[in-house]
Amino acid sequence: MKTLVTVKRVPDPETTIRVKPDGSGIVTDNIKYVINPFDEIAIEEALRIKEKQGGGEVVLVSIGGKSVTEQLRTGLAMGADRAILVLCEQPLDSLAVAKLLTKLVEKETPELVLMGKQAIDDDSNQAGQMLAALLEWPQATFASKIDFAADQKSATVIREVDGGLETIGFALPAIITTDLRLNEPRYASLPGIMKARKKEIKEIPVADLGADITPRLTVVKMAPPPKKEAGKKVETVQALLDLLHTEAKVI
Amino acid sequence: MDFQFTEEQEEIRKQVHALCSRFPDEYWRERDDTGEFAWDFYQAVADAGYLGITIPQEYGGSGLGITEAALVMQSIAECGGGTQACSSVHLGIFGLEPLIKYGTKEAKDKYLAKVLSGEIHVSFAVTEPDAGTNTTQISTFATRTGDGYLISGRKVFITKAKESKKMLLLTRTSPYDQVDKKTMGMSLFFADIDPKAVEVRELHKCGRKSVDTNMLFIDNLYVPKEDLIGEEGRGFYYIIDGINPERILIAAECIGMGKRAIEKAVQYSKERIVFGRPIGMNQGIQFPLADSYAKLETAELMVYKAAWLFDHGKPCGKEANIAKYMAAEAACEAADRAMQAHGGYGYIKDYDVERYWREARLFRIAPISQEMVLNYVGEHVLGLPKSY
Repeated sequence: MKTLVTVKRVPDPETTIRVKPDGSGIVTDNIKYVINPFDEIAIEEALRIKEKQGGGEVVLVSIGGKSVTEQLRTGLAMGADRAILVLCEQPLDSLAVAKLLTKLVEKETPELVLMGKQAIDDDSNQAGQMLAALLEWPQATFASKIDFAADQKSATVIREVDGGLETIGFALPAIITTDLRLNEPRYASLPGIMKARKKEIKEIPVADLGADITPRLTVVKMAPPPKKEAGKKVETVQALLDLLHTEAKVI
Repeated sequence: MDFQFTEEQEEIRKQVHALCSRFPDEYWRERDDTGEFAWDFYQAVADAGYLGITIPQEYGGSGLGITEAALVMQSIAECGGGTQACSSVHLGIFGLEPLIKYGTKEAKDKYLAKVLSGEIHVSFAVTEPDAGTNTTQISTFATRTGDGYLISGRKVFITKAKESKKMLLLTRTSPYDQVDKKTMGMSLFFADIDPKAVEVRELHKCGRKSVDTNMLFIDNLYVPKEDLIGEEGRGFYYIIDGINPERILIAAECIGMGKRAIEKAVQYSKERIVFGRPIGMNQGIQFPLADSYAKLETAELMVYKAAWLFDHGKPCGKEANIAKYMAAEAACEAADRAMQAHGGYGYIKDYDVERYWREARLFRIAPISQEMVLNYVGEHVLGLPKSY
């Protein structure tokens, strides 16, 4: 099976994020970047599918500046076969990303697109759904288990939803977005790292894809969440109830 | 001049961190407590292909340099495993050079793949109770017998002899007083640690409990002549090549451990509130940590300079020795200060820094004492008369 896996370069979740004083974005100096952890799960799943089926191809796709090569190289070291980098310096909203991915899917004709359910930087959780809509493909978001029919024409996915788990079946090709419990991504081996050096990262200028990436969203302001204030101690339950009513105004 | 690691070197560092993150502090604390060898860590490192990182590709290794090997060791130490983690894999990362350079093709074909897969461990048996750093004075002797040798003698401070099937064993084949040059007449064997002829007695030590250090009593160990490495009588020259890389790797390990200690101390002193503010606000806490960090960063430069020189086939004795000296001092001081910053908790095992403190101390003694490094610098770098 040919699988396309999306990879986004995001700040390391362990980095302390600081908002710029003018609220226009975050301070990017000294920030370490990693593969979006949900995308890492998607890469792992694609590799497992390939290993289990004993064949196929895992193609990584990313959109961004040259620096994204670092994350693509990591994915190739994990075992992906090749990568495509759409060179684009401007920030993109989810719809623009989905439109660019549509063009790539048309070119690459994969049976499956695996994506992280969301990127941990802006947490939009939209690109997968939008891509499915644009392609008119089935979608299975928040996947915690994926199985394929023997003929590889359809799949069953267990989704993590608010009420519990939902199992859905659908025909391929399709979009699946990965949730946290799907798998534990591998670390690359040394031979994997060395092989990655020789694997192809094809660069495509964004203009060549001919997609409409006009921004439809504007970031007005970024602000850090308010600091948590110290709590209050009360003597009696009644005092607590009174405060919840008069001060917190929640009951 | 280029102080930048390559993309691939950065990736190695990143992936070693990813591997080590599966072996948290609790894992190493437990090893330190029970003394049980870190088998699953060792196997994970072998499976990920790091053993044999410096072994040529024709023998299944990765054919990379000491720079990459040092990066691996530093990263392992940085992740909290300290010397327990590093020593468990050290010889697989680097140490089989004599066999690779001077061994027969048969021996290499037979053993290297098994070392790479983690199947056989190898010990390095050179030091003796009566001949510490003065290697030419060793008395373990190999006597020719038919198609092989019979070896008897004692070795001390032999790491991992309990796990190892094989050892690189240095013996005399001509007595010290019968050779023209004292460095001649020694031979190197890739010998079996045959329990019938080799008694392994573990020494109980200050730290690194899960990686055994042993005394070996060798009594008429038979070694076939195929297991002689290179020419008889030239063994000393085969091991001497490995001395600088070993110092570089140990130094890298020290940097990793020192940085980890500082990281722990920084974290603790940000969180620990005394007199209404984090103790890290006090210069009495901050300055020693900042000073140690500066020293570690500086020593690190020397480590990678030495590694770079070695990988480019240039002499690196001065740099490798100085790197080991500075890194060991910096690591010991960093661990000590990290403990001090932790106050009473620093003495408690749950906070890990006392473990680094005990472990780092080894490297002011091994693999060569700081004093002998200064002797080297005094004599060979500064040109002063030999003092011993």
